[in-house]
Amino acid sequence: MRSFQKNLNKFNEAGIRIVGVSVDTPEQTREYMLQKAGYTFTFLSDPKLETIGRYDLVHAKELASGKDISRPAEFLIDPSGTVRWRMVTENFFVIARPEQVLEAAKALP
Amino acid sequence: MKSLNWQIWAGFVLSLVAELSYPFLFVRWAITREFPWANLVLFAIALVLLFLGLRRAFKPDKRIVSKVFSSLAAAFGVLLLAGLLFMILVMGSWLPRSLGAPQVGQKAPGFTLTDSNSRPVTLAQLLTEPIDNKPLKGVLLIFYRGYW
Repeated sequence: MRSFQKNLNKFNEAGIRIVGVSVDTPEQTREYMLQKAGYTFTFLSDPKLETIGRYDLVHAKELASGKDISRPAEFLIDPSGTVRWRMVTENFFVIARPEQVLEAAKALP
Repeated sequence: MKSLNWQIWAGFVLSLVAELSYPFLFVRWAITREFPWANLVLFAIALVLLFLGLRRAFKPDKRIVSKVFSSLAAAFGVLLLAGLLFMILVMGSWLPRSLGAPQVGQKAPGFTLTDSNSRPVTLAQLLTEPIDNKPLKGVLLIFYRGYW
């Protein structure tokens, strides 16, 4: 996600809003993502995994945390609400790269 | 008095550090947690040290004990590296199938979630509010593991 923060200007220019979603509470997000890590885009909290569940991304009893968390996944959604590009990775050390998303964003109307 | 084969010792200790620093240290920061780059760099240095130590131990004037010990230390270092690679390549893919995740062309399920200021935000809002006073072309939702 660091690479998305670094390329935030390019996403703004392309008219793409970046939104992070996880089980972290707003307090945790403020501490870890905004204050410590210095991210500036929007973060949403889903501690009860309602939305994460609706997107079928629940990673139940994840090994490192022992908790139910979200698996990594990225969705590019157009203004009508339709998914135009997605990456649902097979390995949580492999996540989408900004270039991939910016390339896919060129096809948006 | 024989001089200490410091390369083999340093390589041995560093490979331990390279392995254990991920679960005990680097998971604390977003940048070193997303991918264990720092650990791979430490391992690279450790392997160079182990190689130098091994080469030194196998010089003709060295005793068999140092040859055996250096070989064991180097083998242990390689084993630890294998452990880290196992974590990246195998444990990293211990993920659910997510067959129901929205496909390209499908509607993204709507939601109302709280932002970092505990204010409710809907997907519809995110899709309509302009960005830098320009019309929005799309929203990139990044679901991430979080820092719990």
